[in-house]
Amino acid sequence: MTGSAGVAAGLVLAIGKIKTAIAIQFMNQDLISTVSAFVLRAEDVSKQVTSPEGTLTILSDVSLAIPAGETVALVGASGAGKSTLLAILAGLDEPSSGRVWLNGTEITALDEDGRAAARSRHVGFVFQSFHLVPSLTAIENVMLPLELLGNRHAHAQALEVLEKVGLAARARHYPRQLSGGEQQRVAIARAFVTRPPILFADEPTGNLDAATGERIIKLLFDLNMETRATLVLVTHDQELAARCQRIVRIDAGRITEADTQGFTRERRVR
Amino acid sequence: MTALRFAWQNLFREWKSGEHAVLTLALVISVTALTAVGFFTSRVGRIMEEHAGELIAADLRLESPQPLAEKYFQLAQARGLKTARIESFPSVVLYGENSVLSAIRAVSAGYPLRGRLKVADTLFGVGNPTDAVPAHGEVWAESRLLARLGATLGATLDVGRATLKVTRILDYRPDQGSQFVDLAPTLLINIDDVPATQLIQPGSRVSYVGLFAGAPADVQDFKQALAAVKARSERLVDIADASPQFRKSMDRAGRFINLTAMVSVLLAAIAVAMAARRYAARRFDIVALMKSMGASQRLVLNISMLELLLLGLAASVVGTALGYIAQAGIAFLLKDLVRGDLPSPSFAPAVLGLLAPLAVLVGFALPPLLQLSRVPPARVLRRNIEPPPLRYIVVYGAAMLAVGGMLLYMVRDLRLVGYVLVGVVGSVIVLYAAGWLLVKSLGGLRGSVGVAWRYGMANVVRRGRESIVQVVAFGLGLMVLLHLTVVRHDLLDDWRNGLPEHAPNQFLINIRPEQVPELSTFFTANHIAVPIFVPMVRARLADINGEPVQGHTYTDDRAKNFVDREANLTWSRNLPEGNKIASGSWWRDGDGGGARVSVENGIATALGLKLGDRLTYDVAGIPVTATVTSTREVEWDSFKPNFFMVFSPGVLDSVTGTYITSVHIDSEQRAVLTNFYKRFPEITAIDIDAIIQQVRGVMDDASRAVQYVFLFAILAGITVLLAAIQSTRDERRYESAMLRTLGASRSIVLQGVATEFTVLGVLAGTLAATGASLAGYFFATHMLDLKYHPDLVVWLLGWISGALLVGTAGTLATRSVVNHPPAAILKEAASD
Repeated sequence: MTGSAGVAAGLVLAIGKIKTAIAIQFMNQDLISTVSAFVLRAEDVSKQVTSPEGTLTILSDVSLAIPAGETVALVGASGAGKSTLLAILAGLDEPSSGRVWLNGTEITALDEDGRAAARSRHVGFVFQSFHLVPSLTAIENVMLPLELLGNRHAHAQALEVLEKVGLAARARHYPRQLSGGEQQRVAIARAFVTRPPILFADEPTGNLDAATGERIIKLLFDLNMETRATLVLVTHDQELAARCQRIVRIDAGRITEADTQGFTRERRVR
Repeated sequence: MTALRFAWQNLFREWKSGEHAVLTLALVISVTALTAVGFFTSRVGRIMEEHAGELIAADLRLESPQPLAEKYFQLAQARGLKTARIESFPSVVLYGENSVLSAIRAVSAGYPLRGRLKVADTLFGVGNPTDAVPAHGEVWAESRLLARLGATLGATLDVGRATLKVTRILDYRPDQGSQFVDLAPTLLINIDDVPATQLIQPGSRVSYVGLFAGAPADVQDFKQALAAVKARSERLVDIADASPQFRKSMDRAGRFINLTAMVSVLLAAIAVAMAARRYAARRFDIVALMKSMGASQRLVLNISMLELLLLGLAASVVGTALGYIAQAGIAFLLKDLVRGDLPSPSFAPAVLGLLAPLAVLVGFALPPLLQLSRVPPARVLRRNIEPPPLRYIVVYGAAMLAVGGMLLYMVRDLRLVGYVLVGVVGSVIVLYAAGWLLVKSLGGLRGSVGVAWRYGMANVVRRGRESIVQVVAFGLGLMVLLHLTVVRHDLLDDWRNGLPEHAPNQFLINIRPEQVPELSTFFTANHIAVPIFVPMVRARLADINGEPVQGHTYTDDRAKNFVDREANLTWSRNLPEGNKIASGSWWRDGDGGGARVSVENGIATALGLKLGDRLTYDVAGIPVTATVTSTREVEWDSFKPNFFMVFSPGVLDSVTGTYITSVHIDSEQRAVLTNFYKRFPEITAIDIDAIIQQVRGVMDDASRAVQYVFLFAILAGITVLLAAIQSTRDERRYESAMLRTLGASRSIVLQGVATEFTVLGVLAGTLAATGASLAGYFFATHMLDLKYHPDLVVWLLGWISGALLVGTAGTLATRSVVNHPPAAILKEAASD
């Protein structure tokens, strides 16, 4: 890392730390709703589902506030509720109770179409299994979110982002003609093409080998830094989590630890 | 706009990948079936619109069983109207040793007053219009008459006592009834040749027709004048009378054939539903993804609806074009029934071609699309999240609405639509239950025949619902074809063979009283048993219990016809053979009961007659009154002269009548018939065998057309099969890969697939043979009063055609699935 980049990263980290400190403080004071610096906020979010065995609580009174530009890792064991939390934070699913604000909009007060509109403006996704449309070429996959927004320059913009992820030459290839890593790079290009303020990633390296995963993560973080987006990712990967400014640990539907890397490091140093 | 762009792109991509093939095929088949029938019926219907006046060959027609008075023609000519005459009667036409019963139409110059005759110079050649009529001593004969006689142009035919030369082939005459021709072929002769034939004798069955045409006002004036002076037995027919009747019979035939086409549409709709379900299921992930990117439910629904709408439009264009071509096939098959030049089709059926795929899509594809639009976006994170299932009322309600709507558009009769819908639902339940039983019955047959067999059988049972749908879809098409080809022929043969061996096969009518002894001598000389000669008088029912009767006061069609026409009456001392008294009692000699009449049970009910009622008949102007003292049950197919009204002796004896009888003539004695025709040309002999042949010919033509339409049902059945294969394609690919990984060879897997589809075909054949036999049983016992004999051929044909058709189509369509390398498929499945 060059010196200036290291300084910049340190600065971002510091700002993140301060914001998180404020967030935790405000959460404690229950004054979250008055603060607009948080790009993503959840308040007492619970999720229950009914199953043949009875009512199952997946999330229980989860509150969380994430400032703009922060990188957050949601970690926890399988079935802990992290994907459900991601889905609710991103407006893909509704909580049984509680409220969620996405970039200042309370998405829990919206219907499905309202949440869809909010997603189109504020959110990008990267998935474990890439979720590329098999019948569309790489560039068409990247164009998709722009076209849904009615963008007339979809092709040019998509090509620009594909260039950034190093796949401009394979723009006309179909997903089946691309390797797993390439597919995920297309997916990342698609997630960033609308320049969303928040990016959600669900196990982005889960289906990739270690080396490819490493390259993908670097790309994800580089683009994130460039666009100053907030990144919320779900992962099992300790190393990946460690690269985020904050790790939110979830266990049996509750947040057991919401800490910044800074605090953790400080504790380690001591 | 966004929706349309996405829809267009999707359509293009899906089309390229072949995923829309089954859906398109099903839609095209339904449109083709409907429009082919629609275009054909429109052609027949247009005869009505374009040639209404030609239907009766005049503006006004006067029909009578008696010669028409000359004053009628004078009245018409005085008003400046053109006139012409027709005398028509049945007679046997002889050419050498060959004889054919034909409808003789003797016409005067000027016939027809509206429309033109068409004549050709070669047998079955294309006719050209002419304004002439056959000259003195010449005849124009229909091709089929000459073909049956073995004669050709220039031949001389014996018509009664006259010998006439064939100078033209009659191709078309405007007034050939309702276009569905009389059974007997027409021979057109000059009216001046009638006396020379000596065929018209007192009591002969002749129809005398006067034709009148001119300016509308003059025709109207003449009509009023004529109505005031004409006799009651003379019937006035104008275009307004003829058209509704013609239109009604056309409507009925049109509705029937449309309903036949609907079977194909319903089967195709099943394929559409299956294909749409797969389409929706395949798009669950993509829709979840689009929704995660912000696509609204409405946008998603709009995209898929527009995509299928575009597909529907394309299918409608292609299907309508194919329907236009296919209608020529129906016209060709029915060319003997619907003769003359059919006008070109109207474009109204194209509207149906446009609406039908839309209705099918809304009814059968919209429910899966609605479900698709409700895919939760969270599916992008957890693939096991499914959209909420649709309520049954939505799925079945939409289908019923679509089918009901289409039916209503076609038959325009709400009550009929209701009946058909109830029938369809009932049939679906019965067929589904039968299919279920058949599929379930396979459970015990897995045995230890071999892995391929077991795999195939297991697949049929495991894919229970798809299997049942396929069995029913194929079974239905095959059932109708089997019924029309095998069972119908069997029934007709059974009926003919069921008649007593020496049942009369020749009806002789128009026998003058003085000819009876001569005829008896002729029979004796030729070793033919002398039959009983039954007297016959033609008369019209004038009043019942003093109240004049009129046809229009009856609702029953039989009663209407009976009252409006002259009926054949007879008298008899003894109860005729084959008759049974149903109520009252028969008369005895010298019981002094006066004039009495015994009425056939059915017509007594239709006319509302009871014992003691007094009937007055107008017998050639003389009123004859008799009391109803009995009703009879009559065995109509005894081939003996049977009558609705039998009078007691002494009532009708004095009125000049003719005799009627029936005799049996062995096939080896048929040469006697030629001598008979030559010696007694004025006696009309009706050959029952020839009539059965003619009936069979008409039925063959009609059922060939229906079979043709049912070929679409078979095609639709194939689309159901393809849709079912398509919906299980991924599953099959995975199974085949698994089996091959476990060491099964490609041929073992293929054998398993072949077993599966052959078994499905045999099940469909079983269902078809059962249905066709049950229909045969119903027709035999309820309509023909026959003992039904099951026919093994029906079952063999059902099994073989089912196994071949479904087995081959299914195996061919699945073959590609087996060809994929197992490793690639398993890897693909693992990454899902």
